[in-house]
Amino acid sequence: MKSAVIVFPGSNCDRDLAVAFEAATGSKPAMVWHRDTELPDDIDLIGVPGGFSYGDYLRSGAMAARSPVMQAVARAADRGAFVLGICNGFQVLTESGLLPGALLRNAGGHFVCRDVALTVENAQSAFTSRYAAGEAIRFPVAHHDGNYFADDATLDRLEGEGRVALRYAESVNGSARAIAGVLNEAGNVLGMMPHPERVIEPAHGSTDGQRLFAGLVEGLLARA
Amino acid sequence: MKARIFVTLKGGVLDPQGRAIHHALEGLGFGGVNDVRAGKLIELDLADGTSDEDIDAMCRKLLANTVIENYRIEKAA
Repeated sequence: MKSAVIVFPGSNCDRDLAVAFEAATGSKPAMVWHRDTELPDDIDLIGVPGGFSYGDYLRSGAMAARSPVMQAVARAADRGAFVLGICNGFQVLTESGLLPGALLRNAGGHFVCRDVALTVENAQSAFTSRYAAGEAIRFPVAHHDGNYFADDATLDRLEGEGRVALRYAESVNGSARAIAGVLNEAGNVLGMMPHPERVIEPAHGSTDGQRLFAGLVEGLLARA
Repeated sequence: MKARIFVTLKGGVLDPQGRAIHHALEGLGFGGVNDVRAGKLIELDLADGTSDEDIDAMCRKLLANTVIENYRIEKAA
C-alpha cells in the first residue's frame, strides 16, 4: 500500500498526517515536495495536509492549488487513488477544482481553535465506513477560513448525492448547511476542515480519528 | 502596459472583513454607512501587446476564484 503526503512551503500538519498514515498502513508515506511533478507509481492514498501554504497569499490554498504537484494529484485522483485534504488541504482541493465550492473567512471573523462536535452524515464512503451514519464524534478544528460556500444548486446536489460526509453539530464557522466535509462525485476525494490526524492515540485525549484512516486502509485492501 | 484587476466578493457572499470595517467606522462615530464590502486590487505590469484574452485568463485561472468572486479589468496606458 503506497501513500504520500504533499508538502507545501507553509504546511504544518504534514508530519502529523504522515504519522497517522504510517500507523494505519504500516509503512511510511512518501513526503512529496510541491515542486515535484510526479507521484510514486500506483499511489493508493494521498494526503493534502493542513497549514498555511504560501502564507495564505491571495486566498487560502490558491497558490498551492496551482503548484506542479497538484497536476499529479489530479491525475492520481482520476485513476481512483484516495485523496484526503484536511483543513488547508481542503482549501487546496476546492481551489484546484477537485472539490466544488470554496472556503470563506469564518462568519464570526475569528480564528477557531477547539474541539467541535460533528455528525457523520454519510457512512458509506471509504473515508467514513468505520463510523455509523448519524454517529456523533469530536475532532479538533484550527482555522480562519473554514466557512464552506457553494451556490444552492451545488449544495442541493451534494446533499442529494450523499456527498456531505460530515456536518458540524454546533455553531463553528458559518458553513453553508453546517458542512464540515465533502466528497467528490466518485467518492475517492474527501476534503474536511476538522483534523482527524490529531485524535488517533489515547494520549491525544480521543481516538475518534483513528477509524477514518483504518477505514481507508480497509477500503484499499478490499480493492486489491 | 499596466492593468488593474479589481476582485470583489459576489453579492450574497458573506464578507466578515467588510462587516468588521463597518463596525469600526461606526465605532469612530461615522453614521450613515449602510454597508461595507472589502475587495482586492491587483496591479499588473504587463509586456506591451499582452492580449485581453490573456489578462482575462489570468483572472479566471488565478487572480479571482469565480465561485465566490467577481473581477473587473481596468487597463491603463
